[in-house]
Amino acid sequence: MAFNIYDFTTFTQSIDKALYEWLPPFWALVVEMTIIGLVFLIFYAVVGLFLVYAERKVCAFMQNRVGPNRVGPYGVFQTIADFIKLLMKELVYIKNSDKLLFNIAPFIVIIASFMAIAAIPFAKGLHAIDFDIGIMYVVAVTSLGVVGVLLAGWSSNNKYSLIGAMRSGAQIISYELSVGLSLLTIIVLAGTMQFSQIVEMQSTGWFIFKGHIPAFIAFVIFLIASTAETNRGPFDLAEAESELTAGFHTEYSGIKFAFFFLAEYMNMFIVASIAATVFLGGWMPFHIYGWEGFNHIMDFIPPFVWYAGKTAFIIWMMMWFKWTFPRLRIDQLLTLEWKYLLPINLVNILIMALIVLMGWHF
Amino acid sequence: MNSIYKYFADIFRGAKSLLIGMSVTGGYFFSPRAIVTQQYPENRKTLKMFDRFKGEVLMPHDTNNQHRCTGCGICEVNCPNGTIEVISDRIETPEGKKKRILDKHIYHLSMCSFCSLCIKTCPSDALEWGQIFEHAVFDRAKLTKILNKPGSSIIKDID
Amino acid sequence: MKEVVNLPVDSIEREEYHINMGPQHPSTHGVLRLVVTLQGEIVKKVQPHCGYIHRGIEKMCEKDTYQQIIHLTDRMDYLSAHINNHAVCLLVEGALQVEVPERVVYIRTILDELNRIASHQLWWSSFGMDLGGLTCFFYGLRDREKILDIFEESFGSRLLHSYYLPGGLMQDIHPNFQNRVKEFIKYNRRKIKDYDRILSGNIIFLERSQDVGVMSKELAINYGVNGPSGRGSGWACDIRKKYPYAAYEKVEFNEVLRTEGDTYARYMVRMQEIRESMNIIEQLIDNIPEGDFSVKMKPIIKLPAGEYYQRVESARGELGVYCISDGNKTPFRMKFRTPSFVNLGVLDTISREMKIADLVAIGASLDLVIPDIDR
Repeated sequence: MAFNIYDFTTFTQSIDKALYEWLPPFWALVVEMTIIGLVFLIFYAVVGLFLVYAERKVCAFMQNRVGPNRVGPYGVFQTIADFIKLLMKELVYIKNSDKLLFNIAPFIVIIASFMAIAAIPFAKGLHAIDFDIGIMYVVAVTSLGVVGVLLAGWSSNNKYSLIGAMRSGAQIISYELSVGLSLLTIIVLAGTMQFSQIVEMQSTGWFIFKGHIPAFIAFVIFLIASTAETNRGPFDLAEAESELTAGFHTEYSGIKFAFFFLAEYMNMFIVASIAATVFLGGWMPFHIYGWEGFNHIMDFIPPFVWYAGKTAFIIWMMMWFKWTFPRLRIDQLLTLEWKYLLPINLVNILIMALIVLMGWHF
Repeated sequence: MNSIYKYFADIFRGAKSLLIGMSVTGGYFFSPRAIVTQQYPENRKTLKMFDRFKGEVLMPHDTNNQHRCTGCGICEVNCPNGTIEVISDRIETPEGKKKRILDKHIYHLSMCSFCSLCIKTCPSDALEWGQIFEHAVFDRAKLTKILNKPGSSIIKDID
Repeated sequence: MKEVVNLPVDSIEREEYHINMGPQHPSTHGVLRLVVTLQGEIVKKVQPHCGYIHRGIEKMCEKDTYQQIIHLTDRMDYLSAHINNHAVCLLVEGALQVEVPERVVYIRTILDELNRIASHQLWWSSFGMDLGGLTCFFYGLRDREKILDIFEESFGSRLLHSYYLPGGLMQDIHPNFQNRVKEFIKYNRRKIKDYDRILSGNIIFLERSQDVGVMSKELAINYGVNGPSGRGSGWACDIRKKYPYAAYEKVEFNEVLRTEGDTYARYMVRMQEIRESMNIIEQLIDNIPEGDFSVKMKPIIKLPAGEYYQRVESARGELGVYCISDGNKTPFRMKFRTPSFVNLGVLDTISREMKIADLVAIGASLDLVIPDIDR
């Protein structure tokens, strides 16, 4: 197959092999982990800063504005300038707050989002760990973030923060179900939880097309639920600027606030990556069965570009939601989940199981 | 059966309304010409305020450095918040008549509420609005202006 | 001092959870302070605390001449400055029994309605923002800018106009005025469809606003909530219809009424009022008679001793000006019945047993302007 020219497996394996030849196994592992950690740290910072910039530009265009345009060409360095500003800001300590939890909370949030990157396949052979329960790992890890949010709200000694945190708790626990179930629909179709295999299986057609209508419904539900899970868009009740000033991070300043801010965007990036990988074929090029010439051309576009393009499209969709819709109320939020998304999801899985059993999928 | 129909009808109606909303923002996203932002410091050269824009109170002087203010103080009386102070001198004209001339027309821009009463009530049309709006200064004292230029005098035929 | 209160276990449920919404809060649009008593997310009581932007305008009026009072009224309800000016002008003209030229009457009516549209557009923007749809804010302000440009061209200011004087106007309208207004009406008729598409029909918006903060007609009358908020409850209280002033007798327009009394009804009344205002302007804009822009008034106006009351329909409801004159050049007492202050009174009653999010929506739907409350 043509996309073998972009196969990173040999590249990563040769590094791995070389390291193990030079060093004792323990140190080889340490060095390997450090390299991966550093690479991801840089990746995390770059993507986070770029996403903040992208959001500001996207929302500006939707609102007939220009957006950031002062720092650097088209304002591309605006977020870096903001980040430097936040670094230099004073960290305000709140009277009667729970110091330990107050300080830990942003780290929990950011670590939870950081851990999830490990399992995402960026291209063939380009992922940190290829778990055989990859999807489950990602779902488990991303939902850890709510602990940080709850702690932040609880320890801030602020009533707005507390309300925001409690809202966030109720919201994420509910929407976690829908995220899990909509992914489960695809797992039923794929028969595996391993990301690399899920992507391989989509070489003949993305799951959103393969799985007929149930896959599409699962995709829509995943979009809605993951938007809610990342505390964004019409579901940003935990922050709810016009109700709770800033919700759970009202009392945070400086770099700790930046952590929350960055984590929100990285969570968005992660769920967008998962959606791209599971529903839209990850780094797999777009193929139409029978059109050999067309497929061949598509193969020459590097898989990383495919992956980034799909992720960017989903992120753009989520931004589009956020900058169009008004916010839901907390009871409507839960109604949407328990009365609409969850029952539809359950029926959807049954239909998908039926399709797989009868072999109706492509 | 009816409730089931309503359940799905609700979903489709809701989804449709959301898509209509998204079409508005999406439409603007793809039409960069709809951007209305003025790039202010860059367009300073081309930025022209309307003729009647109330930027600050000015006293127009002609080429001979002459203004039309008689120093009567009506603007000072009419100003609601003490923005204007008129200091006038009494001099004796060559014909032997006593006459009041303007010494200083002090205008506190920092206190002005731009109500136009001074300009409206001035009997000799000595004041007018200026179109400058960039009044930001670091020192409040700079906002206190003396409107008549040094060495200026009154135009002859005004009484 | 840290106070430790040991409560018996059974009293914990009765413990009240107070939240200070404001004076600095994104959704109070200024320095209104609401002490909200909560039980979980549910609002039990709302206590408004006014006075954070009290400037003593009524007292200041007592040292000002009648011309000078005009510029103070701008600063009460800054979103309908023309209408506030109009109230004082009508009061003075009525007391002196001055007949202003037709031209002035027409121009004043048009400007009042333009001001009403601008005010409602800003309200729409901030309403959308309070509900979390931030994009609404920019669309509303974008279109309001067109009105402000018209204002700026004609009399140099965008928000605080001080354009009306007892007896007429400060200066004549700009020659471009009529064309620009017609252009704006055409533009706004197109853009208002966007408003409906992005917010009015949106399912999330409907859920957020329908059956939220229901105010019955009786309640509205009891609290004196008039203006668009009262008309949302079915109370026909439009001063322009009941006590016509200016050119309102000469134009045809409908008093927008809805009977539901919830946040959505108040929203729809305002949206419809924008359209009605545009109808009024369209009827008048081509028929502005020629003539003077003001009548000659004495430089110092002295009202005959006595009491006067003048009401106009501002963008938020009835604006009443009550004046006691003792025959001097300044009023003895000036009292403004400002609509926002009266409308604020009902906030507690209609937002009880609602969620915090609903409180924000209700507060926005009453269209409170804080300087108008405190004066």
